[in-house]
Amino acid sequence: MSANRSRPPSGPVTRRAFLRTAAAGAAVSAAACSGAPGLEAVLRKHFRELSPDELRRDLARIERRNRERFGRATHVTAEGPRPGVEFGYGLDLSRCVGCRRCVYACVKENNQSRRNPQIHWIQVLEMEKEHGVDLAHADLYYEADAVPRPGKFYFPVQCQQCRDPPCVKVCPTQATWKERDGIVVVDYDWCIGCRCCMSACPYGARHFNWAAPTLPPGELNPEQHHLGNRPRPKGVVEKCTFCIQRTRAGRYPACVEACPVGARKFGDLLDAESEIRRVMETKRVFVFKEELATHPRLYYFYAT
Amino acid sequence: MSGIVEFGRGCVRQVLTGGRAYKAWLALLLAAIAVGAVAYARQAAVGLIATNMRDDVSWAFYIGNFTFLVGVAAAAVLLVIPAYVYQWKPLKEVVVLGELLAISALVMCLLFVLVDMGRPDRFLHVLPLLGKPNFPRSLLTWDALVLNTYLFVNLALVLYLLYRTYRGRGYDRRVFLPLVLLSIPIAISTHTVTAFLYDGMAARPYWNASILAPRFIASAFCSGPAVMIVLFQILRRTNDFPIQDEAIWKIAELMSYAMFLNLFLLGAELFKEYYSATEHLAYTQYLWRGLRDASGAPHGALVPYAWISLACSVSAFLLFLVPRTRKDYRTLNLGCLLIWAGVYIEKGMGLIIPGFTPSALGQIYEYTPTGTEWAVAVGVFGIGFLVFTLLVKIAVPILVGTFRAPDRARVPAPAGAGTASP
Repeated sequence: MSANRSRPPSGPVTRRAFLRTAAAGAAVSAAACSGAPGLEAVLRKHFRELSPDELRRDLARIERRNRERFGRATHVTAEGPRPGVEFGYGLDLSRCVGCRRCVYACVKENNQSRRNPQIHWIQVLEMEKEHGVDLAHADLYYEADAVPRPGKFYFPVQCQQCRDPPCVKVCPTQATWKERDGIVVVDYDWCIGCRCCMSACPYGARHFNWAAPTLPPGELNPEQHHLGNRPRPKGVVEKCTFCIQRTRAGRYPACVEACPVGARKFGDLLDAESEIRRVMETKRVFVFKEELATHPRLYYFYAT
Repeated sequence: MSGIVEFGRGCVRQVLTGGRAYKAWLALLLAAIAVGAVAYARQAAVGLIATNMRDDVSWAFYIGNFTFLVGVAAAAVLLVIPAYVYQWKPLKEVVVLGELLAISALVMCLLFVLVDMGRPDRFLHVLPLLGKPNFPRSLLTWDALVLNTYLFVNLALVLYLLYRTYRGRGYDRRVFLPLVLLSIPIAISTHTVTAFLYDGMAARPYWNASILAPRFIASAFCSGPAVMIVLFQILRRTNDFPIQDEAIWKIAELMSYAMFLNLFLLGAELFKEYYSATEHLAYTQYLWRGLRDASGAPHGALVPYAWISLACSVSAFLLFLVPRTRKDYRTLNLGCLLIWAGVYIEKGMGLIIPGFTPSALGQIYEYTPTGTEWAVAVGVFGIGFLVFTLLVKIAVPILVGTFRAPDRARVPAPAGAGTASP
């Protein structure tokens, strides 16, 4: 595990921190007596207030918990944003054929619940060429055996990693926030499951663990990020993180790698040589629901 | 200090003694609470999958009930305003009961939010110091603030007034009046903030309308007093509670104005949606006419309820408007029932579900509550009615003067003391 997040130097002990430490101390001794799993998690601080030491202990706790739940060794990091990097994503609508390979690659990579509830961070809409991008004529539940179908085109939607995310604004507990590289993340141990963010998201990009996620141990992705694909508990919200566990380590998101037609582009918006900058300079891009002024980092375009 | 202990003992005695009907009513409420507790235990074990809420319709029956009950709670203010601001005597006697209703409704509101939470074990995260409230940006933190403030102001008011009356002393206007005046803006703000919770979400065009808060207030001023009118008649019969016809008719008259405003605002909204007929019409259409999904299958689970709600509201408005039907207790009570039903549908499921249907991506998930959701709601209403029953059981004898501090038992209350000197 690694805890090399860049963080501001910790200030003097606040009253809140003191109270919380006192409460946590009491809780830890209680947990030690009862042996109840998860109590430690329930009473831990907000992710962004953990000291490097506490974070290391928290990562160890998650790895321990993973072993209990899935009987497998996992590697959980909390890799922070790289300075001077802001991620951007491009989606070429003229190439997408609606095969949903990105959907399933994402499910596998990010340890999403397989069924009851079935969670898909990427949702591909089948739209009618006759109507253009029109949600009133969009079908999420099309059969993918014979795509692309005549007269149709495909419009994948996932978290748009908004610069002004309405989900972050409405969250009553600051359990979700925007990182410096632009990724909107959720602290699964802080979310109270009120689902305000799901009401606020115009892209249907937030998903709720209506039950404890069903995840076959054999299919668990052991390379995990604290704010990303680690297995979630019941009753919290989750979402696409641009595969934070991969992209902060310099790799592509799983959906970009899985796309058989190269419709998905990804890179650093601040790097003039990046793929996404090339797209923005040579193609004409648009953002989804621009009238809501969420200012997404996910750009749609028609390459041909 | 011993006076307070004596008061507490007296209250327990009041609550434990009662006729057959009273005991049967308590048994019924306890049974309802037991049903709710069993259902909630199951939901807590398996998760919110025990409900029919899913990602597309992520708030539903619980939050609908919450919204309706915030309105009921806010309505206590309808009785407070004329009673205290205009010194209108006939209403002054009954204000305490309105506040008791507000307290019970607020208890139910908070419980409905709690049963809707995915992680109720983490509710402390909303609190300052222990948690990390996103204040002032998140409207839910505002809502928690105003609902709890309103609850505590009402509790303080009621306790102060009842205790002073119990001790046979009048209330001190310097303490009482500022609290009453404070409770008026707080009552308005509870419902306004709750409306803003929905109203502020640009992702949901059905809610994202500036008319929403005024509509909330207008409908609240119908549903809350409807309960009061029925309650007053019960109390008049069973407890010799001195409520004049005049007071009841006045409340009914105010309700008819509120209902007119409510219907007018609804009409304004329907006109805008249907005449402009943008893509935002779909939500209104889902409620009033139903929609077809991409495969052509019809979805219209809410349509009958929408029309029933409208019919109830319009007929209640007429019954309350015409003096002859307003002053006839048969039609008056029918009107109360109609208003309750009309607003319950309109501010409950009729508000929440179309907000999500179609979803943010244009998909239709047709929601109907599961048995678990019904059972949990029955339990929450059971708790609310129990709280209300017990509060009324204590308050009414104090107000009519049969429950007094032992040393005051034979001394008549000083003139002008309390809200109800018979």
